[in-house]
Amino acid sequence: MRATVLVRPKEGILDPQGQAVEQSLRKLGFAVADARIGRVVDVEVEASSADEARKQVDEMCRQLLANPLVESYEVEVHE
Amino acid sequence: MTLRVAVIQFPGSNDDRDAVWSLKALGADASLVWHAQSELPAGTAAVVLPGGFSYGDYLRSGAIARFAPVMEAVRAFAAGGGLVLGICNGFQILCEADLLPGVLRPNASLSFVCRDVELRVERADTPFTSRCQEGQRLVIPVKHHDGAWFAPPDLVTQLEERGQILLRYEDNPNGAVADVAAVTNEGGNVMGLMPHPEHAVDPLLGSGDGALILASLLDAARERESAAVVGA
Repeated sequence: MRATVLVRPKEGILDPQGQAVEQSLRKLGFAVADARIGRVVDVEVEASSADEARKQVDEMCRQLLANPLVESYEVEVHE
Repeated sequence: MTLRVAVIQFPGSNDDRDAVWSLKALGADASLVWHAQSELPAGTAAVVLPGGFSYGDYLRSGAIARFAPVMEAVRAFAAGGGLVLGICNGFQILCEADLLPGVLRPNASLSFVCRDVELRVERADTPFTSRCQEGQRLVIPVKHHDGAWFAPPDLVTQLEERGQILLRYEDNPNGAVADVAAVTNEGGNVMGLMPHPEHAVDPLLGSGDGALILASLLDAARERESAAVVGA
């Protein structure tokens, strides 16, 4: 089963990459108020149900994919 | 008897040899320990996690290295009160491994910083700063991209109250919260710092101040060893 993890810098956490991109977008003429940069992780997991897959991926996030001090994450399971 | 110091070598470590060289110059029997080892050499008196880019710094700096087999041994060593020093990437690994509070984030400038920085010694009564004076200014180089130490405000307050912040930048090079350059764990036996003391042990290279940190560590390790002998 395929799952997608979206990892984002938590609100209030300085995101210099996002700031640099925001400035570049403005220079291109886009009216951008904010840009934040996170990370996408696509994983293929062996699971018998979407629930089980979600549980596994959630555990992956907790152990490795996100650092809870500065990052939040969302898990999307594709059935 | 010379002190045995284990310098952990991860794939991607690049300050491991300098760490060994400087610890040897200060009289220790320092040697490299490969990350895939599951045990530290018998008689290890202190552990140093060197700088570099372990596992390519993929995902987040230090995030993958924390799962290296040797880290279980380092964790057990620290849990028994053993002295552990993490330098730069070593600091990042110790934070990711939850052996130290906080996390290292990309520099606020998004630039790699490589220069001498001035540090203020906040406490001199610790195993890592005993050769310094409180309030002393040390000049030690930094060279990193992900050196902005971060912790939420309530955690910073707690660390300040407990005296776990040992070094602060005089002129913050990376955007670290509260100018933090070095922190310890609650037990005070594990310290991480972004500056590189191993690159500043010979005044010929600009500063010998790094030797104060490393020699403090060796003094403390020696004291621990003799206490253990007396205890036995």
